[in-house]
Amino acid sequence: MKVGVIVFPGSNCDRDMHHVLTDVFKLNAEFFWHEKNLPQDIDAVVLPGGFSYGDRLRAGVIAAHSPIISDVKKLAEKGIPILGVCNGFQILVESGLLPGVLLKNESLNFMCEWTNLIVNNNQTPFTNKLELNQKIPIPIANGEGRYFVDDESLNELKKNNQIVFSYENKVNGSVSQIAGVCNSDGNVVGMMPHPERAAEKAINQIDHKPSSLIFESLIETVGMKN
Amino acid sequence: MSFQEHEKQHIEKNVKRKLTDTELQILAAEWSEHCSYKSSKKHLRMLPTTGPNVIVEKGYDSGVLDVGDGFVVTVHIESHNHPSAVEPFGGAATGVGGVIRDILSAGTRPIALFDGLRFGNIENDAHARWLFKNAVSGIADYGNCLGIPTIGGEVEFDDCYKNYALVDVAAVGFGKKSKLIKNHANVDDLVLLIGGSTGRDGVGGSQFASDALEGEDRSAVQIPDPFIEKLIIEAILECRDANCINAMKDLGGGGLSCAISETAESLGIGIELDVKNVHLRESDLSPDEIMISESQERMLIISDPNNLSKIKEICDKFRIQCSVIGTVKEDKMMHVKNGDETIALLPADFVARGPLVDRKKSKPEYLLKLPSFPSSKNEMPFSDILLKLLSSPNIASKHWVFRQYDHEVGIRTVIKPGFNGSVLRLDNGKFLSVKIDGNPKHCYIDPRQGAIGCFEEACRNVVCTGATPIGMVDHLQFGNPEDPEIFWTFMESIEGITDFAKFLNVPCVGGKVSFYNETSEGPIKPTPLIGVLGLIEKSPLLPTPPSNDDVILLVGETKDELGGSEYYEYIHNFIGGIAPKVNFSESKKNMKSVLSLISKNLLKSVHDCSKGGLAIAISELCIFGKIGCKIDLSSSLSFEKMLFSESHSRYILVVNKNNLDAIKSILSDDQCSFSEIGIFSGDQIIFQSDSDSILELRVDKAENNYLNSLGKIIQNG
Repeated sequence: MKVGVIVFPGSNCDRDMHHVLTDVFKLNAEFFWHEKNLPQDIDAVVLPGGFSYGDRLRAGVIAAHSPIISDVKKLAEKGIPILGVCNGFQILVESGLLPGVLLKNESLNFMCEWTNLIVNNNQTPFTNKLELNQKIPIPIANGEGRYFVDDESLNELKKNNQIVFSYENKVNGSVSQIAGVCNSDGNVVGMMPHPERAAEKAINQIDHKPSSLIFESLIETVGMKN
Repeated sequence: MSFQEHEKQHIEKNVKRKLTDTELQILAAEWSEHCSYKSSKKHLRMLPTTGPNVIVEKGYDSGVLDVGDGFVVTVHIESHNHPSAVEPFGGAATGVGGVIRDILSAGTRPIALFDGLRFGNIENDAHARWLFKNAVSGIADYGNCLGIPTIGGEVEFDDCYKNYALVDVAAVGFGKKSKLIKNHANVDDLVLLIGGSTGRDGVGGSQFASDALEGEDRSAVQIPDPFIEKLIIEAILECRDANCINAMKDLGGGGLSCAISETAESLGIGIELDVKNVHLRESDLSPDEIMISESQERMLIISDPNNLSKIKEICDKFRIQCSVIGTVKEDKMMHVKNGDETIALLPADFVARGPLVDRKKSKPEYLLKLPSFPSSKNEMPFSDILLKLLSSPNIASKHWVFRQYDHEVGIRTVIKPGFNGSVLRLDNGKFLSVKIDGNPKHCYIDPRQGAIGCFEEACRNVVCTGATPIGMVDHLQFGNPEDPEIFWTFMESIEGITDFAKFLNVPCVGGKVSFYNETSEGPIKPTPLIGVLGLIEKSPLLPTPPSNDDVILLVGETKDELGGSEYYEYIHNFIGGIAPKVNFSESKKNMKSVLSLISKNLLKSVHDCSKGGLAIAISELCIFGKIGCKIDLSSSLSFEKMLFSESHSRYILVVNKNNLDAIKSILSDDQCSFSEIGIFSGDQIIFQSDSDSILELRVDKAENNYLNSLGKIIQNG
């Protein structure tokens, strides 16, 4: 199985994500520079965190116009699993692949802290090994992480089971404490917290297993093939 | 721009002609205190700089330590005080940027940042709050964007920094030994300038930093662009992997003048450059401005002409600019041209080695006048004092600060900020522990002992994580060195640091001196800052919260040393008394013994005992474990001294009852002074003497003050 990790100018969690995919979960992961094409036979795509284009204009908005995004869109339509983490989530939202927007945190500050996620949808390619309502201890690290949709869209999200993760506590003022959502087909998932920072025992002294299940879910979906 | 008499003579003696304007500008920048270290250079040579782990290579701007298995760690420390005092966001951010490029220039990837921040009294001074808030934002904005975790540091407030700011940044890098840049150059190699364009920002910055802060010269403050810096890091590391770099230097203070002359001097080469080839932000920049602009995010690279197309290809990928500005010559001259016209032609070593000066020193008058103890006796109940100390901005949790810093990115952070030293995992299975410490209150009362104390405190903190100190960096910050009394305090500090470094066999692998830290109200207190790096071969001691019935041992002696303590200064508003003094052999013995207890897996947690004394260290553990304690304070010292003295070399061990005997016998065998002082239990922090209560405080009350005070002060605007 081949996972593409997209690198935009200013991505900074790309190597962390690559390390977890390859060294921890033994997947065949490869970096793709944003101006390159994605092979059509790729099995999954990850948009890592960071500050693409220095967050200029608005987080994720410039990267959403990168050449590679048109390939991501094609793959998304084909049902290939796509995960955006933090800035990756912001890019997916800005490119229209996911609903909603991400606004400045209620504190107006960058926030780096550990929090608990609750699993609201365990039917996606990244959550199928998690239990519904399972808690995931995980860190957030963002300045623009407050998820927002209007009431009508929120009802739509709820109806279609598109809320994948929510925060256990009020963290940053997100609507319905939403931390992650998926598209209506469920194959494109975006989340603000960082699973790659929580899936190893050495750096997660609380419990690294729930975050590991996010990656194991992907393996379950696509199967281990090299 | 002006030269001292001896500098004019030095010029006349060495250059038998009238200097051009450009040459004068270059010399003024390069011979500033900031770039030339003219007051301190002679004395810095006393510091021990070699050791089993130290790799020495010419032209490095950072210290390099071998951590085994073919890997190295690099470290450097810088400050950006004057700029931060004028424009805290940009000043602090560009301070981060500068030190990162020093790490990069050795060919290593920056993996962690640490900040030491100092401001005036934020409780009653809105300007100090403004400086503090914006400096923190500047650091957060820059470090977070780069994806380099800020994993530790310290923040302190003192009236001596009124209308001023100290922003110290240390950076750590990591890489393969085989990929270190072996700085060298061949004749006809190309000199390239990579990265941001050169503009008017920061023109004359190093001279600005070499004088007391009087005007607010905003044009001397550089403008930060972390996005460009991020692209430069990735581009440079790709160039490194493609073996395209012969030599490399960051452009910092003194801009091109400094980078060109110092590179030529250290490599024993000449460099001829044309300012017309420098890519500019503003087209009307004069040649002189180009030579001394301190615009950020620029790197100087020397490369073989055959590698130019590869370097251009990499720069194109990242869309950063790369200009060929000159070539390497054999003549050891710094030759600056503006098209066909020569505008400066001087021997590189003449430019790079500014004439040093001998400064006079004399013991400051104020030291003779310091009172020994407060005139009135303490009448406040100890529980009220403890509660007040816990909310002192110097002691209260700095969570408000470090949660704005991404301290997880890079997924190396094993021990996070907020408790003793921070710990990073390295690729060879070992761990690196780092801590920076300063203490101007101690240093003011006793510059020598204060400086040694900062060093020892940083060592203690890395020892608490199970790490053996392998190297240190120092950052020495003082007022005007032309004042003999200030120069005396500088000399005391550096001599003290040297003595202790030699005794511990911990080499100094980098450092910086910053003078002229003065405002219209006078000089700052002597503020040396010491960063210590420790190596953990197997696994770090992770901080585990104490639980019911865990026993508390205090290693080290509490002494009659309340001078410069938070207790004297924050509670009694009293400056004086005897500052803590490090007993070298006690210090070494305790470090060694604590490390051996950790390696034998006998300890649950170790906590450093420092600012605020035993009362604060114990309270921090109680807050961490959300549990009370019962401590017996019976001693020959008074209770206030037992509770609040900031004596060094002390560690609080949290141990499981079952290990108690084994621990005690090791401590006895090592001849360490220690005592079993109490246990964790209940929900109150209780200090008593022969079952008479001295202090009782509910843990939840203590926690509330400790965790929320700083945030509340900031919220008040």
